[in-house]
Amino acid sequence: MTAPLLLENVSAAYGARLALDAVSASFEAGWLTGLVGANGAGKTTLLRVALGLIPMTSGKLHVLDFPRDHWSREALARTMAYLPQGSETHWPVRARKLVELGRLPYRQSLAQLGEADHAAVDLALARCDALQFADRRVDQLSAGERARVLLARALATQAQILLADEPAAHLDPAHQLRLMELLRDESRRGVAVIVTLHELSLASRFCDEILVLRKGRILARGAPKEALSDATLATAFGIRPLKPSAGEAFPVIPWQRVE
Amino acid sequence: MNDAGNEKIGVRLRATTVTTIILAALAIALGLISFCIGPARLSIPELVGGLFADHGTASIIAREIRLPRALLALFVGGALGASGAALQGLFRNPLAEPGVTGVTSCAGLGAIIALYFGLANVFAVPAFAIAGALAAAGILYLLSRAGAGLSALVLAGVAVASFATALTALALSLARNPYAMSEMVRWMLGSLKDTTLSELAVAAPIVAAGIFILMRAARGLDALILGEEAAQSLGIDLHAVRRRIVIGVALATGAATAAAGAVSFVGLVVPHLLRRFYGYEPARLIWPSALGGAALVAAADVGIRLVSPDEKLLLGVVTALIGAPFFVWLILRLRGET
Repeated sequence: MTAPLLLENVSAAYGARLALDAVSASFEAGWLTGLVGANGAGKTTLLRVALGLIPMTSGKLHVLDFPRDHWSREALARTMAYLPQGSETHWPVRARKLVELGRLPYRQSLAQLGEADHAAVDLALARCDALQFADRRVDQLSAGERARVLLARALATQAQILLADEPAAHLDPAHQLRLMELLRDESRRGVAVIVTLHELSLASRFCDEILVLRKGRILARGAPKEALSDATLATAFGIRPLKPSAGEAFPVIPWQRVE
Repeated sequence: MNDAGNEKIGVRLRATTVTTIILAALAIALGLISFCIGPARLSIPELVGGLFADHGTASIIAREIRLPRALLALFVGGALGASGAALQGLFRNPLAEPGVTGVTSCAGLGAIIALYFGLANVFAVPAFAIAGALAAAGILYLLSRAGAGLSALVLAGVAVASFATALTALALSLARNPYAMSEMVRWMLGSLKDTTLSELAVAAPIVAAGIFILMRAARGLDALILGEEAAQSLGIDLHAVRRRIVIGVALATGAATAAAGAVSFVGLVVPHLLRRFYGYEPARLIWPSALGGAALVAAADVGIRLVSPDEKLLLGVVTALIGAPFFVWLILRLRGET
């Protein structure tokens, strides 16, 4: 079977600015793939194009072997779940209600949710260890709790592809690790998980594969050790890292700017 | 754990159903009270008898004065309540409302333009009012699509409303006959006095159609809790949601304003008061807001006739006197939260 999400020479632009330049990539089921790169390198654009939030200017995009244009809006929503950056929520609804929104692609309204939907919501809440505050209002949760509830919302869709944009941003270290663990667990259940990250150590610690983007192109891809080589980091970020030896582990600490 | 959770959900569902039934009962009761109140001293049996059989004066009063007024109060309130709830859901802002966003004033302007050009028939006035409401709602829609923030939208609403008021004043000073002038004042301030059966017959179906269209956008409003991109990733056609709300609000508010004039703040107050009873879910709030708005406008119209039987006090004046301080209070409260 080919990869659930496949990009062939995909380009996209914001006005005159080319944001993705003929990117080809495949995202495997059961893998946690990290997208890293400097601000404006095209990480979020790649997710947006995959979701159809912005149009491609050229190239081909396949979801489960079908061109994306062949998918209906609802079917695509059931297949690809998206966790946008910034944990935006409006109205102080209860956490459980937020997670139930993940079932909207299956139903005409939240009032019509059935047993299977409630089971999916409970499972997602349990997996994100969020059942204990499921009945609290989202405005009364801490940032870490809220991040888990929002991830549960994305998991409740039970999609085969999960795209997460900076899910670890603005969280304390323990919550960052927790969230990455949850994303890795999801990939181990056979989901193709694609996540954009700024924290290079998180990327190297958790991702099976890393794509390094620079100016809308793929600069490097591979296992963390290869993809985050010193040369790549210098080109992609303009930094020289500190890589303390830690056995099998491979922490990458941005240490010095290089011109 | 699970059972307890389900039980809780069950209780909550029942509680919201009960709230909705109470609102509906309240609206019906206030509609009936409105039907029974008026300068002509008629007993309830006389009025009801007059409604169903021909009893001379009692029938004329019941069928052509009291019934249209009572029903129109309900439809106007329903239109404004539902429009307010839908706009608040779309803009994700409790300050959005047909009055505040300038939709009502533009609808009023449309009605006045129709009058000014001598098109004072039952179809031209609502058609122009709906066109005016559509223009105002369309401007808001374009601004929100261009990425205007919430305060920018509210300020744009103020600008649109001032512009409409200025044009209305211009039309007033250019008005050729005093009858048109007094009609225009009635539109600017809002009143259910002298409602005719034909006005009701035109307004009611348009309001109903508007609320129906708003209900069709409800699913999208729930998804918008997560923001626009997440809503789209959940399979929501955002353009369709916005289009439906703009058209639904324009139809409902336009028709209501054509019949009753500019009645502001109902769409602000009602959804805000009811929101907590419906778990802050925008989709579930539309229908109860229609019922609550209907009850509120009917109550205000009853109150006016009890307090000032000669109807010196106009409906729009009463809702603004209550609604404007409420608006300020809401702004202060929201500032405290963010």
